[in-house]
Amino acid sequence: MIRLERRPQPSRLWSYLTPVIAVIVTMIAGGLLFAALGKNPVEAIRTIFWNPLFGEFAFYYRPQLLVKAAPLVLIAIGLSLGFRAGIWNIGAEGQYIVGALCGAGVGLAFHPTESVLIFPLMVIAGGLGGWAWAMIPGLLKVRFGTNEILVSLMLVYVAEQLLASMALGLMKNPEGHGFPGSRNLSDYASATSWIDQDIGLHWGMAAAFIAVILAYVLLNRHILGFNIRLSGEAPRAAKFSGVAPARLILFCLGTSGALAGLAGMFEVAGPSGQVSIDFNVGYGFTAIIVAFLGRLHPVGILLAGLLMALTYIGGEMAQSNLGLPAAAIQVFQGMLLFFLLALDVLTHFRIRLSARRTA
Amino acid sequence: MTGTLLRIEGLTKAYPGVVANDDVSFDIAEKEIHALLGENGAGKSTLVKMIYGLVKPDSGTMTWRAEPFTPADPRAARAAGVGMVFQHFSLFNALNVAENVALGMENPPPMRDLAARIRDVSETYGLPLDPFRTVGDLSAGERQRVEIIRCLLQDPKLLIMDEPTSVLTPQEVEILFETLRKLRAEGTSILYISHKLEEIRALCDAATILRLGKNVGTCVPSDTTARDMAEMMVGGTLQTPTRTARDDGDVVLDVTGLSLKPANPFGTTLKNLHFTVRAGEILGLGGVAGNGQDELLAALSGEALTEKNAIKVRGESIGHLGPNARRARGILAAPEERLGHAAAPDMDLSENALLTGAIRKSLTSRGFVNWPAARDFADEIISAFDVRTPGHHVAARALSGGNLQKFVIGREILQDPDVLVVNQPTWGVDASAAADIRQALLDLAARGTAILCISQDLDELMEISDRFGALNEGRLSDIRPVSELSIEEVGLMMGGAHGMEVAHIHEEEQEAGA
Repeated sequence: MIRLERRPQPSRLWSYLTPVIAVIVTMIAGGLLFAALGKNPVEAIRTIFWNPLFGEFAFYYRPQLLVKAAPLVLIAIGLSLGFRAGIWNIGAEGQYIVGALCGAGVGLAFHPTESVLIFPLMVIAGGLGGWAWAMIPGLLKVRFGTNEILVSLMLVYVAEQLLASMALGLMKNPEGHGFPGSRNLSDYASATSWIDQDIGLHWGMAAAFIAVILAYVLLNRHILGFNIRLSGEAPRAAKFSGVAPARLILFCLGTSGALAGLAGMFEVAGPSGQVSIDFNVGYGFTAIIVAFLGRLHPVGILLAGLLMALTYIGGEMAQSNLGLPAAAIQVFQGMLLFFLLALDVLTHFRIRLSARRTA
Repeated sequence: MTGTLLRIEGLTKAYPGVVANDDVSFDIAEKEIHALLGENGAGKSTLVKMIYGLVKPDSGTMTWRAEPFTPADPRAARAAGVGMVFQHFSLFNALNVAENVALGMENPPPMRDLAARIRDVSETYGLPLDPFRTVGDLSAGERQRVEIIRCLLQDPKLLIMDEPTSVLTPQEVEILFETLRKLRAEGTSILYISHKLEEIRALCDAATILRLGKNVGTCVPSDTTARDMAEMMVGGTLQTPTRTARDDGDVVLDVTGLSLKPANPFGTTLKNLHFTVRAGEILGLGGVAGNGQDELLAALSGEALTEKNAIKVRGESIGHLGPNARRARGILAAPEERLGHAAAPDMDLSENALLTGAIRKSLTSRGFVNWPAARDFADEIISAFDVRTPGHHVAARALSGGNLQKFVIGREILQDPDVLVVNQPTWGVDASAAADIRQALLDLAARGTAILCISQDLDELMEISDRFGALNEGRLSDIRPVSELSIEEVGLMMGGAHGMEVAHIHEEEQEAGA
């Protein structure tokens, strides 16, 4: 009989090992899935995990990896602060859109003036936009006790409508021959987030790295980070310790909103280039997975963001090269999260095998 | 007394890392009230769970009236004639008494018949109870009656009672004892689990004492002194806390007209409390659980904010200040619930040291945590209060109750408070740790700290406090010097509604006059 026995304290070793094991188990289960679909499993796994990094066209895919990972990491870092404190911002996608709109709005307003001040202004506007959008669920929760999960999620759909109206109206390119979408910011030197488009570097990647470092320092060295962790682990103890819940809620929601807004702003001024109806591609939701995959730990999130970006790019390659259905790739990504969460049990419990006793 | 009802021979039950019961043998005679005595963790619960069929022994046998007894589950145990009243009630607040009783029955009779039987049993055994009252409105003592009646309806031969008096006032205890004696006279044996020695001496015919899972002795309680039983229980001589005489200091904590609505709907409203605590004095506040103890602690720790002038420390109004501002002014607190309130279970001891020590121990500078200093503070607590743990890296929940309580109390004491508020400082703590904690509180008072000790353990309050008051439904009785009090008076202060009302009116008259 297999029994689970609670460990006296969570195992540090297993909390590092389980993500690695989860990836391996996902490869095995995914391989079986691909084999059942009549594909060569080894080749499929190699296409997803190996080719983007070390294959023939890796020089093209490696920068792509950072382009995909940067917004995921930036958003997930912000979300992880709230998740650690038990504050569930599910609406990062909306904050991402509003941040992009505010940032792009500033850039478009200055067009075609060239100045080094424009881009910093856009960064501030993008962050503030995301922050303000996240303050709506924050203030409603603090003031009226509403559920931040529902409010932030529903505001995503509001933001999408706002995006559509901007792309079709206010921000539409006057020289765009009537097509929806704004001017292309990546062609506007003062407003683009690209550092070097040829090698695929943009400021969002720098921001993601800075966010990882700051979040690490905050959580491990600062009393505010301690209060965040304390509130998540023992809310009553946090109150006893002197943490003001309302202030913490506003801080966590505000920070995650601002980071999501920044991610949107860097995206709209770089890889995406313009405000268009289908500008958002679900980074705000995928970042939730990234945050948990990375154990809500800044360094873990960095690695998880890169891994997630890898499965996206590798998955696209597998679709086009091997003809795997898109659904199979999505199942594969889902399995990754599933196995990670399932194996989590090993950090808190140990498995004992024992013969069934008879009295 | 005739013959043996239940014979227990060599019962052993091991859990990973601990032998809960090691070769325990004893007999429960027919028509006997048998005490099972031991500290927390001595193995009492495991033993009765085996009798009640909740846990299977690894080895050993039980014999029920000369027949082998191996209950596979509680249903089998009940069928054989074992009833059990648990320490924590399993009742639904929203249902009435009869409905709650029906839920525990295999084939409940129609509600009207059941109600009649409940009335019948309750009158026979002196347990007044209306079958149609909602359980949520009942006092702790009345809820216990529901549990007892639920057992009695099955006509048990052996009734197991786990710490039944921990929620009762002295008067309610007397009523319960009458009932138990009556049951014994009618042929029911009772296995009575407790660590309250005087009760056992007053009630029980025989006592079995467990220590660390072993049966360390049996005795006839009425012929044995409480001290001897305590020493068998602890396995050594017991240190009685000593106090040194001291002069009255200045008033440090002054609570005037403290009223507070509870944060949660099942809490108790505090109603116009008045008291003062002087430097070097211990004020003990007794009362049955749920009469405002948690709310009072929250009001004093700063978790709940009150009217500004309701609480003063050295003349400064602090009612409107949060926990950290109060700590800065020297008023510290240690809540009852160790895990999750006083300490974060999954955080290590240095993080838990930071939890309340950040302000007074200057563990942060410009918001950044000085972790080496926090670890030093944790180590200081661990060594000063003899906390048995491998080190400050251990998670709080890995510590035993006594060790974590020593850590929690020690953490506040080492911050050198002017006022210390503790709630249930020795709840669920083994006797030697409890003695250490009481001694530490007395020493702290001797150094000039004003201490407010909220507790449901009357013996503890009588032992360490200078003055005593009782909380009842969020009201505070008159506060009187402990040396003048008898246990009957204490009981009246705790639960006697008339005495309370008189005291209350008296108080208001004084106010009106002032």
